[in-house]
Amino acid sequence: MRINTLFYSLIQGIKNIFRNKWFTLASVATISACLFLFGLFYSILTNFEHMVKSAEQRVAITALLELGVSDERVAEIKAMLMNREEVNEVDYFTADETWAKFAEENDFGDISIFTENPLEDCAHFDIYMNDVSMQSDLVEYLETIDGVRKVNQSALTAQVLTGVNSIIGYVSIGIILILFLVSIFLISNTVTIGIQVRKEEIQIMKYIGATDFFARAPFVIEGILIGFIGSLVPLAAVYFLYNEAVIYAASSYSFMAALIQFLPVEEVFATLIPICIGIGVGIGFIGSYTTVRKHLSV
Amino acid sequence: MKRTTAKRRQLSNAPIISLEHVSKAYSAGAPALNDVNLHINKGEFVFIVGDSGSGKSTLIKLLLRELLPSSGRIVVNGTDVVRLRRRQIPKFRRNLGVVFQDFRLLKDRNVYENVAFAQRIIQKSGREIRKNVPSILSTVGLAGKYKARPKQLSGGEQQRVALARALVNKPQILLADEPTGNLDPKNSWEIMNLLEKINNNGTTVLVVTHNREIVNDMQKRVVTMKKGVIVSDEEKGGYIDED
Repeated sequence: MRINTLFYSLIQGIKNIFRNKWFTLASVATISACLFLFGLFYSILTNFEHMVKSAEQRVAITALLELGVSDERVAEIKAMLMNREEVNEVDYFTADETWAKFAEENDFGDISIFTENPLEDCAHFDIYMNDVSMQSDLVEYLETIDGVRKVNQSALTAQVLTGVNSIIGYVSIGIILILFLVSIFLISNTVTIGIQVRKEEIQIMKYIGATDFFARAPFVIEGILIGFIGSLVPLAAVYFLYNEAVIYAASSYSFMAALIQFLPVEEVFATLIPICIGIGVGIGFIGSYTTVRKHLSV
Repeated sequence: MKRTTAKRRQLSNAPIISLEHVSKAYSAGAPALNDVNLHINKGEFVFIVGDSGSGKSTLIKLLLRELLPSSGRIVVNGTDVVRLRRRQIPKFRRNLGVVFQDFRLLKDRNVYENVAFAQRIIQKSGREIRKNVPSILSTVGLAGKYKARPKQLSGGEQQRVALARALVNKPQILLADEPTGNLDPKNSWEIMNLLEKINNNGTTVLVVTHNREIVNDMQKRVVTMKKGVIVSDEEKGGYIDED
C-alpha cells in the first residue's frame, strides 16, 4: 500500500466526520454519555475502596509483651513484623509510654505521685494492617512469637471491613460491567445506523474496484476519531466535577475530613484516562470495522 | 438466430466476454438464468434487452462477480470469474467500467472527486489524477462543472459523471445497466452517442436497456432475453416485441 493511499484514507476519515455531522454528533454524544457514567461510577467506587482501605489501616492489633523483654528482642520482633506483607505499620510503646498515654487520655493529671507504673507489664506493639482480612493469620503468628504474652484484636471490625470491601468489589465489577455492555450496545447501534445510511457509498467503492481495506479505512479512522473525541468529553466533565466535589466536601463538611479522604484527582485519572480512551477508541474501531464488513460483500 | 459470426471475427479473434452453459438459481422458483451461452468479442457494442425478470440484471451481476453462477463457466477479459478469489475481485473490476441507472455517485463529493476516486483506487499518483480527470471530464462534456455536487447536476449530467468515472481508468469493457432509465430522450441520446464514441475508440460496450427507440435506431448487436434464456441474438437487431 502506498503512503499516499494511507494519507488519503486518513484525510477522508477526518472529512467524513464533518460530512456526516449529525452522525458524528450522535455517536460522540452516545459514547460521551456512556463513558461519563462509567467515569463517574469509577471515581465514586475507587474512592469508596480507598476509604475502606484507609479505615482498614486504622484498625490496630495490640501485641502485649512479657515483662523484661530486651530492647534487642523488641527490635527483632518489630523487624519480623515489618517483613510481613499484610503489615503496614508497627508502633512500639514502652510500659512507661503506655502508662503516660493512658493517664493523659483519662485525665489523671500529675502521675509523678505514682511510685510504680501500674501498667508495668503493658509494653506493647500497635500493628496496623494493609489487608484486614488477614487479621486472624497475623494474630496466630503473633501468638507464636517468643516474648508476646497476649494479643488483642477487634475481630468484628475486621469482619465488617472485609465484608464491605468485598461488597464494593462485587458492586464495582457489576456496575462497570453493566455500563460497559450498555455502552457497547448503544455505541455499536449508533455506528450501525450511521454506516447503514452510507451502505451505498461502500458498495459504489466496491463496484469500481476498491479493496476491502480501501473501502473500510476511512470509516475505521472515522470510528476511532469519534471514539477518541467521545472519550475526551466525559473525561473533562468528570475531572471538573470531581475537583468541584472534593473542594465542596472539604469546605462544607470539614468535620468529616478526618474520616473521609478523597483520592487526589491525579491518582484517579492516571487509571481513568487510559481506560476511557481505550474503551472509546476500541469501541469506535470495533464498531466501524464490523459494521463496514457487513457491506463489503458486493 | 440470425447471428453471423463472420462480423465478430473481424473485430477480434477471441471473445472478451464468454458465458458457457451458465445457469443461476436464487432459491425456490424458476432459475434467473438457464443454460446461457454468450460470446462477445473485443470492440463489440451489444444491447441486452428483455422484460423485467428476464435475467438481464443477473447477467450483469455475474459479469461483475457480484454473484456466482450455479453452474457454467464465465470468462471476462481472460479471467475465469468463477475461480476468482475474493481478494482478486477488486483488481478484476478495475478492468471493467460500470454505469448504473441510478448513477451511484458519491453524493457528498464533487464531480472531480467522484471521478478522481476511481483513479485513487488504482493508486494513481496525484499528478496523473490531475492530468487524467480533467481530460475525461472534457470528453464527456463536463469540464466546466468539475466543482459541482451531484445534486446540482441534471440526470444526464450525473450519468456523464458516472461514465467519466467508469472510463477514467481506461477499461477494456464497459457495462451499462439501464444507463438511460432515468433520463429524458434528449439526454438518453447524448449518453448513447457518448457510449458509441467510446466503443469506436476500442472499448467493448455492453448495454442493458428497455429503450426500444434507441435499440432500434442504433442498429447494433441485440441479445434478447426471456425468462433467463437468450431467445434471440442479432447482428444488427432491433427490439423484439414480447407478443
